[in-house]
Amino acid sequence: MTGFRAILMRDLRLALRQGMDSAMVVMFFVIAVVLFPLGVGPEPNVLARIAPGVLWVAALLSVLLSLERLFHTDFEDGSLELLALSPPALEVVVLAKVLAHWLITGLPLIVAAPVLAVLLNMPADGFALLLLALLLGTPTLSLIGAVGAALILGSRRGGVLLALLILPLFIPVLIFGVGAVEAAIGGFPARAPLLLLGAIFAGALALCPWGAAAGLRQALE
Amino acid sequence: MNRFQGQKLDCLRSARPVFRGLAFQVESGGALVLTGPNGSGKSSLLRLMAGLLPPAAGSLSWNGQTISDDPDAHRLRLRYLGHLDAVKPALTAAENLAFWAGLMGADPGEAVAPALDALGIGHLADLPARFLSAGQKRRLNLARLALAPAALWLLDEPATALDAETTDRLRGLIQAHRDAGGMAVVSTHSDLGLKDAANLDLSGFAARPALDADTAA
Repeated sequence: MTGFRAILMRDLRLALRQGMDSAMVVMFFVIAVVLFPLGVGPEPNVLARIAPGVLWVAALLSVLLSLERLFHTDFEDGSLELLALSPPALEVVVLAKVLAHWLITGLPLIVAAPVLAVLLNMPADGFALLLLALLLGTPTLSLIGAVGAALILGSRRGGVLLALLILPLFIPVLIFGVGAVEAAIGGFPARAPLLLLGAIFAGALALCPWGAAAGLRQALE
Repeated sequence: MNRFQGQKLDCLRSARPVFRGLAFQVESGGALVLTGPNGSGKSSLLRLMAGLLPPAAGSLSWNGQTISDDPDAHRLRLRYLGHLDAVKPALTAAENLAFWAGLMGADPGEAVAPALDALGIGHLADLPARFLSAGQKRRLNLARLALAPAALWLLDEPATALDAETTDRLRGLIQAHRDAGGMAVVSTHSDLGLKDAANLDLSGFAARPALDADTAA
């Protein structure tokens, strides 16, 4: 547990010192969302109709953008092999880094999302559910992304490969995330999609640290 | 009294044999120096000893117990020092070291300052690590060894980029570690002058027309 804390605090401190990771992810999120009114026209009804989908797709892509560096800097400067040889199990190391990644990227996205929802004229009924769905969905994206980030270590075209590996796995989160928001807007109960988002999160929490740790061991051989 | 042993070890790197049928033994207080030309497998052997690389054949054992049966216990007793310095440029020297101390379960408040002093970089504690020279980064990496005791040190060319004075400090550090009952395996090109150290010469594996021929076959 002290090892978990040490890794979490170090990653947060590094993110604060270097500063840019968090800001860049949010900037990308904002710009990607703002492109839609420019592309499809400023018709309020059309924007309101596509708002939940646009927000979720943009959030997905923003998370993807930041995932490539999750293990990469530690791999390049030799920290990763020392982490792999330190007392905490590699699965715990992965979990700590994923939590740090979510705090650095997922949480700012959740803060920015309601502002952008206003920009897209999303009906007010959906706001609470949008936040709730992002709160359940973005940690899942970080967890699944960690497996991909571990698998691409040492490959040259890592970023593209990561997108190809990981985006298909993000689809269930996208479907149920958008489903929850649209259900709330349409006046239907959003319980079922939320429960499914929760189930995917629980499954990812149980499996992904092992998958990512196996990928890291492979990369370190 | 601990004994670290390897028997009939084979090592493959991308299907190419690095060494075959290698055996070694180190006991508490002992040191094993690995020598041989570039590419003879010194680093591979150290990674194998650390458990980063599984042997293609053969086994490693600690007091007779196979290491792959209990990798968690092996991680607790070893310190590995590789080619890369694992120094984060955005953190100060002291913060870099405090992180590793916390990870090893040592108290960062107590362990960090003496460890920095042991390598003669106490005055650089509050300097961001991006301002450190190559040799100073190396010293910061070596300072991890002085944080908390561990039974087995695996050092891959520890004296790279070090000046003569720090090489002496390193020699003293390794000697103190051995006197306290620890063991060290060190790969090196220059003679570190470790007392009563056993030597394992890997150069026999460097010239390997025969091995290449049988992979081709």
